[in-house]
Amino acid sequence: MTPIALMGALEIGLIFALVALGVLISFRTLDFPDLTADGSFPLGGAVAATLIAGGHDPWLACAFAALAGAASGLVTAWLHVRLNILQLLASILVMIALYSINLRIMGAPNMPLIGSPTVFAPFIGEALENSWLVQPAVLAVIIVATKIGLDLFFASQTGLAMRATGANPRMARAQGVATERMVLSGMALSNALIALAGALYVQTQGGADVSMGVGTIVVGLAAVIIGETLLPSRKLWVITLATIIGALLYRLLIAVALNADFIGLQAQDLNLITALLVGGALVLPQLKAKLRRKGGKAS
Amino acid sequence: MMRAEQLFKTFNPGTPIENPVLRGLSLTIESGQFVTVIGSNGAGKSTLLNAISGDLFVDSGSLHIDDQDVTRMPAWQRAGMVARVFQDPMAGTCEGLSIEENMALAWHRGRSRGFGRAIRAEQRELFRDKLAMLKLGLENRLADRIDLLSGGQRQAVSLLMASLQPSRILLLDEHTAALDPKTAAFVLELTDRIVQENKLTAMMVTHSMRQALDHGHRTVMLHQGRVVLDVSGDERKQMQVSDLLAMFEKTRGEQIDDDALLLG
Ligand SMILES: Nc1ncnc2c1ncn2[C@@H]1O[C@H](COP(=O)(O)OP(=O)(O)O)[C@@H](O)[C@H]1O
Ligand SMILES: [Mg+2]
Repeated sequence: MTPIALMGALEIGLIFALVALGVLISFRTLDFPDLTADGSFPLGGAVAATLIAGGHDPWLACAFAALAGAASGLVTAWLHVRLNILQLLASILVMIALYSINLRIMGAPNMPLIGSPTVFAPFIGEALENSWLVQPAVLAVIIVATKIGLDLFFASQTGLAMRATGANPRMARAQGVATERMVLSGMALSNALIALAGALYVQTQGGADVSMGVGTIVVGLAAVIIGETLLPSRKLWVITLATIIGALLYRLLIAVALNADFIGLQAQDLNLITALLVGGALVLPQLKAKLRRKGGKAS
Repeated sequence: MMRAEQLFKTFNPGTPIENPVLRGLSLTIESGQFVTVIGSNGAGKSTLLNAISGDLFVDSGSLHIDDQDVTRMPAWQRAGMVARVFQDPMAGTCEGLSIEENMALAWHRGRSRGFGRAIRAEQRELFRDKLAMLKLGLENRLADRIDLLSGGQRQAVSLLMASLQPSRILLLDEHTAALDPKTAAFVLELTDRIVQENKLTAMMVTHSMRQALDHGHRTVMLHQGRVVLDVSGDERKQMQVSDLLAMFEKTRGEQIDDDALLLG
């Protein structure tokens, strides 16, 4: 693999680290199986691309993308806590609704951003010779800042209340935690991060596409699972770190697999590989436990 | 003071499994009073406590804590007034969180939560001091996950947690039922100490008539969603478990087949 291909994998890995941190909040912290990501990721992309194409500042575009993502997470959470719709179903409803909304926002199935300003542009030379380095570097700064911010949040009074909401809502309420509000705000935060990832993604790829969200949630989940398998811990700063490493590793694995001609894999096989990987990672701990139990009986 | 008036609660109304659990229950508990609650399985004891804490809303009737009407107030808003220890040691603490994180959650009961650090140095000191009183060595295990503790240890920590902030009423729902006799005795003794030291108003549900008479100032018996017996003062002091049992049998209108269980 060439260094440029490697940095390319790293770049997408960093973007999906943001998605994975969002997934960590919904699936792990709040125990809310949320598939909104497949809609909120392209939503962030669509909002950012439309604003940037309209001549607005790329950072402002990112901020609005995150806000739009927060709104989508809020709707999913609201469907569940107020209308009692099953979590998974609520998020699927929002996901498919967002497909139409994203098309409306962009006015077309895709929106090119070639030559438009991006958050990376100010650091990139005339001939674009250093863009392969600058983009991952800027992304790395954003990820590190997000990680530190999340770690501080989880250690705060509100962050602790949010974790309690996911772990034992009845106890949380008995301690005075407004659990419904926690679910609403946690889901907003989760999807804000995922939409921000979408906004950054379109700026690295030179455009937005309405189908860019397919499989987002599975990739995010894969990163979370790989992270907790490699670095199992109860410390939150380790968990967020593991999640980021999981996202990077996942993209690297994919890049290697696609680059190795002898395996004969092509880009369109990506989702299949991901599904197999996540499935394997989910089953592995159960198999291990089963083996251990069998071993225990025999002895 | 807690005042419950004419509480009604029916589960699954209008279905074949309709179950009227509270049927016009009224009960007033003065400030500083420690009331023990007995009654057969399904009498509505837990339902009453859940109604007081806001875990469920009654169909009709009213609930006052001090002079505030809390009948329709959600559980999290009442938390500043109501402290609880559950029967299941798992229910009252938060799996996956550490001992100190659980205590920090309880330390903020009834207070607004911001973005400041959940656990500061001075709180950690306070938690350490409180845990040291238990003499279980937990003061050196603040960062340990709470699910590493035994059921008895968890109930003891739950009791501490319930007393970190003032409350208008402390609700204990068979909080020693899941423990072995020795641990149960320890947790019960701790309960007495915490209630006395903090001059708490408390309601303790127990399945043991012995415990019901030996602890607190007053004993009430629930039957079919109503208070059928209410003793305190001298009358209660002279009461034997056998007297209580006789009344229990009378209200049930049937022989109790397992006396040993109730005499325990
Ligand atoms: N959430 C609920 N939904 C339906 N039935 C319930 C619920 N909670 C309790 N019950 C039923 O109400 C009755 C009284 O329960 P409970 O108050 O727990 O009795 P106990 O006096 O033994 O604590 C029982 O028959 C129980 O099955
Ligand atoms: Mg009960």
